[in-house]
Amino acid sequence: MLRRLLFILPLLIFAAAAAFFMWGLDPERDPGEIPSVLIDKPVPEFSLPPIRGSEPGESTSTGLSNADLSGEGITLVNVFASWCMPCRAEHSILTDLRREEDIRLVGINYKDEPDDALAWLDELGNPYDAIGADMEGDAGLEWGISGVPETFFVDNEGIIRYRHVGPIHETEIDDLILPILEELR
Amino acid sequence: MIPELGHFALVLALVLAAVQGSIPFVGALRGDSRWMDVARPAAVGQLGAIALAFAALTHAYVVSDFTLANVVENSHSAKPMLYKVTGVWGNHEGSMLLWVLMLALCGAGVAVFGRNLPATLKARVLSVQAWIALGFLSFSLLTSNPFERVANPPLDGNDLNPLLQDPGLAFHPPLLYLGYVGFSVAFSFAVAALLEGRVDAAWARWVRPWTLAAWCSLTGGIALGSWWAYYELGWGGWWFWDPVENVSFMPWLLGTALLHSAIVVEKRDTLKAWTILLAILTFSLSLMGTFIVRSGLLTSVHAFAVDPERGSYILGLMGIATGGSLALFAWRAPVLKAGGLFAPVSREGGLLLNNLLLATATATVLIGTLYPLFLEALTGGRVSIGPPFYNYTFVPLMLPLVGAMGIGPFLAWKRADLAGVLGRLRMAALLAVVVALATWYLQNGGPVLAVLAMGFAVWLLAATLIEWAERVRLFRIPLADSWRRARGLPRSAYGMSLAHAGLAVCIIGMIGSSAWKEELVEAVQPGDSLQIAGFTLTLQDVETRPGPNYRSTTGVFEVTRDGRTLGMLEPERRYYPVAGRSTTEAAIRTNGLGDLYATINEPPEEGQDWTARIYYEPLVPWIWVGSAMMMFGGILSLADRRLRVGAPRRAARQGAQPPAAAE
Repeated sequence: MLRRLLFILPLLIFAAAAAFFMWGLDPERDPGEIPSVLIDKPVPEFSLPPIRGSEPGESTSTGLSNADLSGEGITLVNVFASWCMPCRAEHSILTDLRREEDIRLVGINYKDEPDDALAWLDELGNPYDAIGADMEGDAGLEWGISGVPETFFVDNEGIIRYRHVGPIHETEIDDLILPILEELR
Repeated sequence: MIPELGHFALVLALVLAAVQGSIPFVGALRGDSRWMDVARPAAVGQLGAIALAFAALTHAYVVSDFTLANVVENSHSAKPMLYKVTGVWGNHEGSMLLWVLMLALCGAGVAVFGRNLPATLKARVLSVQAWIALGFLSFSLLTSNPFERVANPPLDGNDLNPLLQDPGLAFHPPLLYLGYVGFSVAFSFAVAALLEGRVDAAWARWVRPWTLAAWCSLTGGIALGSWWAYYELGWGGWWFWDPVENVSFMPWLLGTALLHSAIVVEKRDTLKAWTILLAILTFSLSLMGTFIVRSGLLTSVHAFAVDPERGSYILGLMGIATGGSLALFAWRAPVLKAGGLFAPVSREGGLLLNNLLLATATATVLIGTLYPLFLEALTGGRVSIGPPFYNYTFVPLMLPLVGAMGIGPFLAWKRADLAGVLGRLRMAALLAVVVALATWYLQNGGPVLAVLAMGFAVWLLAATLIEWAERVRLFRIPLADSWRRARGLPRSAYGMSLAHAGLAVCIIGMIGSSAWKEELVEAVQPGDSLQIAGFTLTLQDVETRPGPNYRSTTGVFEVTRDGRTLGMLEPERRYYPVAGRSTTEAAIRTNGLGDLYATINEPPEEGQDWTARIYYEPLVPWIWVGSAMMMFGGILSLADRRLRVGAPRRAARQGAQPPAAAE
């Protein structure tokens, strides 16, 4: 029996190697891409206060927690910061998206100075339905972001369905973003 | 019109392969000789059809037919004729065509020269050979058709990658492919033997010349490739442990093992299942090489334009060929009659040790090559495995192999006297120690591994010479008698001696150039002098010279030693305007004991200094001298009448005579 097994061994080793080769051929395999383990998982637990400026009364209205992300339709969770230049470019695109599509847009203000963030929102306008201030970057850790900006698409059940690394470009709206939103509906 | 003829010829070859793969196979099952006889004309016809297709593509390149996409992408009307012809296989599609041409050549070779093969074995071998051809012809036609036309032919082509515009392209790929593909014959014999359920000494005798021929080609192909890399890439290295190099080296290592284990099957009628496994794995590694180079699975400096679709196709072929044959092996090999046990100290014991070491070395290289892929798949991490890994794993495995190689040829079959053999090798051991100590002294202690390896290489060289001297009883009988004996020795004996000595020479070259290479990188202006290894190089001028399809910037160095002028070194930078790329053409001056190697690079900005790189590479020419010795050793052995293709019966009778301890 052992002898028999010995003769099957080469086949087994080859099968294992072939499995690796098959994996390696996957055209989606892009060494630059960082996979998200959160896709198709519920949003992580987090609870963030609103952005509170140094002057009393200067504050966004509500904070943001995972409870706000289920049962509210499709929600885009956008991680942004005032110090991030691509976020500025992305801002108007997100604003349009919020206005034209039936979605909610919430923000996680990542490692920012509250006053800078508030000034930024004053200057560009505030398209967010709710913003949580993640000054220490704890929520960012929970969400597993690799940089700013990043946008997570969360469905009505609070399940993360898509992760967009980097800013959403104008050119990506029709080909990429709208089809995903269509699918989530 | 001619390209379409080529395309149709390729389709015809596919049809012939289908015929060859089915009718003789059924014939072998039924014992119908007329059905089996179909194999021969089909194999020859297949060769003719593929040769026609190959000629058609070559014609398109020669006349610069820019209606063919392949020619547009890889040729240019101003390209020298040599590179128009060799450019045929300087790209993925054309090289696949060369691959199937070689395959058909092997198939037709078995069909024509295998007259003495038992009919059913021959029919099965040719069927298996046709299955492989079927796979690769369909691959060519479906995913990499070289005869694709373009809708709006451009006026001129994009030119061939300038790095490939080198005489090396004329010989390196054809030899390499002949080696890879040559192992397909051993594979087909192995599968046919498993189907027949019979492996005997005669089987080994038919397999050996084919394996040997493939091994010679692969040796030549790898050596030429490393030489090419050495003079063309411009940093004086000849081996980089790059995945693409490794995938050609693994079939060589395992093919070497196969070459030796087949001897045991022939002489002692044992090690059968192992030999079959080696034959399957050697060709499988060749297939894996084709797969890795063309799928972009691993990053390498010489990958082809990659396409995942092609990758999956070859992986599929590999799954069928390797998976299928290994499944067949798992099922049928246990039925093979196992031979008797043998003493560890005997010729066959030595050959087994050779096999174990070579197989382990192959596994080491395989793991080193594929580890980055495994790691990425399992953890997502990315690493690259470089020379240090191989220095710590592969080299220590080679040392005992080289040590044993000195002893092996002295051992008698069945039972040998190790102490007696070692006694006869006293002189070799003494010489090895002396050379190692001398090296140690001259190089101020040098790298320990290099000093050790030097001793082992000298040991092998000396032991090989002693073995030959003992055979002709040099200095024990009158010289004239020795001469008569020397002429009477079989060619296979000389083949072995030459190949073993060649490896020793090769290793000495490798050690010298790796351990004691000197390197100088300097910013220079005309008039500056550089000193390296006792030579003085003076940059006299930098000239601009026109070439056929490039512009050359040539640095003119005068080489002097102790005030005497030895000659000139003229390294170039060539700019190819069509491809928009530059190449480095190193200038090399050799005296047999070492190479003086120079390259020159443009200044970063106009008016600044030139960058000169000067290397002194001790013993590096020995690598290629040694490789050539190995290759010619193989050819010599192949020319031995005992092994001459088509004369196995006579050989069988000779085998009964006292064993010529030749292999």
